Amino acid sequence: MGNFKKLIIEPLRKANPITILVLGICSCLAVTAKLKPAIVMGISVMVVTAFSNLIISLLRKGIPSRIRIIVQLVVVAALVILVDQFLKAFVYDVSKQLSVFVGLIITNCIVMGRLEAYAMSHKPWESFLDGIGNGLGYSLILIIVAFFRELLGSGTLLGYQVIPQSFYELGYRNNGLMILPPMALIIVGVIIWIQRTRHPELQENNKK
Amino acid sequence: MELFNIFIKSVFIDNMIFAYFLGMCSYLAVSKTVKTSAGLGIAVTFVLLITVPINYLINKYLLSPGALAWISPKLATVDLSFLSFILFIAIIASIVQILEMVIEKFSPALYSALGIFLPLIAVNCAILGCSLFMQERGFNNVAEAAVYGLGSGLGWLLAIVGIAAIREKIRYSHIPKGLQGIGISFLITGLMGIAFMAFLGIKI
Repeated sequence: MGNFKKLIIEPLRKANPITILVLGICSCLAVTAKLKPAIVMGISVMVVTAFSNLIISLLRKGIPSRIRIIVQLVVVAALVILVDQFLKAFVYDVSKQLSVFVGLIITNCIVMGRLEAYAMSHKPWESFLDGIGNGLGYSLILIIVAFFRELLGSGTLLGYQVIPQSFYELGYRNNGLMILPPMALIIVGVIIWIQRTRHPELQENNKK
Repeated sequence: MELFNIFIKSVFIDNMIFAYFLGMCSYLAVSKTVKTSAGLGIAVTFVLLITVPINYLINKYLLSPGALAWISPKLATVDLSFLSFILFIAIIASIVQILEMVIEKFSPALYSALGIFLPLIAVNCAILGCSLFMQERGFNNVAEAAVYGLGSGLGWLLAIVGIAAIREKIRYSHIPKGLQGIGISFLITGLMGIAFMAFLGIKI
């Protein structure tokens, strides 16, 4: 049970895939302008990571190491196709907003990174939990970034207006800059800054 | 003229890094020195230049709705576009494998400098992303797709060499402890992205 807790909780804090390992920033900051696509994206990545970890872990003794990348890509691509078709069927509007970024889960470094670093050398159940944990850690950052961008950029959360109308009458304006893609990078930079200031052991030494 | 327009647009306006954040992992990890980052940038450009036209042909003659009509009229209603992810990534992975062997043979220095990141080009989001954007935009012919691939690659090269140069310069600056390394790179990339927004709205 202690193992269970460790696998799920660690990626949320000190082994966060985005802020500490710097994986999987690729496909995903572009989807954080609004909260809803960010949540859907987070769940999709979690599902793909967990199940690809499970499948690769089951297959790990039978995969020749020369072609393992291609085998992994095929497994991940098949799972992503399932997720993509599922999203198109049930949440079509969000699927339209995410456009190519669902497909880009295939090349999301978190998925590949966990397969290489964990699933290839661990048992199926643990790998599955590891996938869930990393997916959660990833979603957490995505949701934090999307929260600030939607709140400050559009004054809404999940599409509902949260900043009272009277503020706008007093001259409050939405910060249009937050909607622009570069602000996502700056917010992640600030999250990393805060996290590393709180945990000095994570700081990079001066040699680099 | 149309080709030139696509080229400029893909280098500056739809820059893979600053507008779509594609290929960020290797972008952040390899951008410590200008030399290796230029090598990786050239490799990415090369892979894009080859894979995007090939994927364009595959999309046009195999995957898009009704594309199989050239085999027999009976197949005109078949829509295989749901297979595009798996087919695109297979093409990309095999081309990267070939490229890896070629570089290993002809330039061992570059091979050892790029190290782990050469096989990882296969999972570089910029490569697959470019193919998917190509599918979404529906170019008219192969030349347009090739120019789009080339332009996106050069834009990526420009971005990674730019940040590598800045990171070389700031190595001796006094940066708050928590920001050193990755943190400051994020902030710089964000600022560079805002600078690149100045290209928005350019019409040629």
